[in-house]
Amino acid sequence: MHLDHDHHGPAAVSADSHRPDGTRRALRIGLGGPVGSGKTATVAALCRILRDELSLAVVTNDIYTREDAEFLLREAVLPPERITAVETGACPHTAIRDDISANLEAVEDLEDEIGPLDLILVESGGDNLTATFSKGLVDAQIFVIDVAGGDDIPRKGGPGVTTADLLVVNKTDLAPYVGSDLGRMAADAKAQRAELPVVFQSLRTEAGVCEVAGWVRGRLAAWTA
Amino acid sequence: MSRAALLVLADGRFPAGGHAHSGGAEAAVKAGRITGAGSLADFCRGRLHTAGLVSGAVAAAAVLGVDPLELDRATDARTPSPALRVAARKLGRQLMRAGRATWPSAELDALARQFPKGAHQPVVLGLVARAAGLGAEDAAYCAAYESVSGAASAVVRLLSLDPFDATGVLARLAPELDRVADRAVEAARAVVGDGVNALPAASAPLLEIGAEAHAAWAVRLFAS
Repeated sequence: MHLDHDHHGPAAVSADSHRPDGTRRALRIGLGGPVGSGKTATVAALCRILRDELSLAVVTNDIYTREDAEFLLREAVLPPERITAVETGACPHTAIRDDISANLEAVEDLEDEIGPLDLILVESGGDNLTATFSKGLVDAQIFVIDVAGGDDIPRKGGPGVTTADLLVVNKTDLAPYVGSDLGRMAADAKAQRAELPVVFQSLRTEAGVCEVAGWVRGRLAAWTA
Repeated sequence: MSRAALLVLADGRFPAGGHAHSGGAEAAVKAGRITGAGSLADFCRGRLHTAGLVSGAVAAAAVLGVDPLELDRATDARTPSPALRVAARKLGRQLMRAGRATWPSAELDALARQFPKGAHQPVVLGLVARAAGLGAEDAAYCAAYESVSGAASAVVRLLSLDPFDATGVLARLAPELDRVADRAVEAARAVVGDGVNALPAASAPLLEIGAEAHAAWAVRLFAS
């Protein structure tokens, strides 16, 4: 390709797995899903559980510019220099899929400014069921839905539900109160996704984000192998 | 050279980050200066003859081989608002990425090395146009059109303006766009002989002031 690999070469222009200085870049995992499904809460929980074992950073893509980044800052899940907000012009799906330039810039700046990173979580602002991440931006994507958003979402499908590398069904503790049938959701997800994994989680229980964190560790092991 | 490359470069879907910027339209909507198609047309006309003319001349001069560093400094001098300078460099950096991936060239690699955090967008636009095999006139047209098209599509989102009305505004500005592109190319040719002081310095104070206010808002839909 046309990329320079000497230390002073210009920044990479694509999803190349190496940085301009030849070192392996961080694994990038995208988190998308409808508004209010618990993406930011999942990111916060992942940061808390992984921050002592990995060097990580977060890029948020908000509709109103900095809302999610500010939540993460308030919760102090990571030092502020490890959290960057990308402004999306009211269209997160454009910034994570159709025109990824601002996001690529954000992940590259994080790696340049805080040194080698193992993992960068790229969170999309809440969007619709068709919003997916470009392969030029992330190496794997998690789609987060919740039981209170309607237990027919797995059946309805859409690119997020059917193709995400991991489907997370969040807020399982609410199922009895909103009349959602978890068994039906699991069966529908299985029908839509075949062998792709699905995790049912409640961040209010002790297990919390553990299963998703385990999946992330697995992706990271494969990335660095 | 292929003239069709201009369609690729000028396409609003060219992935160079423009979708997140309103060209000052968000600030103008909030201030009550854009309320519908009529005032959008006035706003765009103002942008075209100021920011559009300067951008067009800078982009055309870059195609003609004028030193990018000098052009970048001259553009800084023509952009009083620090917020606008930041936005223009950000967009320049994003265009550099898209341009290098689309039309790889040693000249663009050198520019990226010289400006790792981005040069002014019209400087980059000129060199991307050159890498695409386009001429000075093409780059001037592209810059002049971008100076109004981004604002028009932003106003569709901000005011729920009828998209046919917004597109009509752009269509009716076409003859003026032709004249601005001509003037920009003429100025760029003068720069080749007389230096960057021959660049136009038309400016719109309200755009500069609006950009500073906008950058300080806590909640906004667009980055600029």
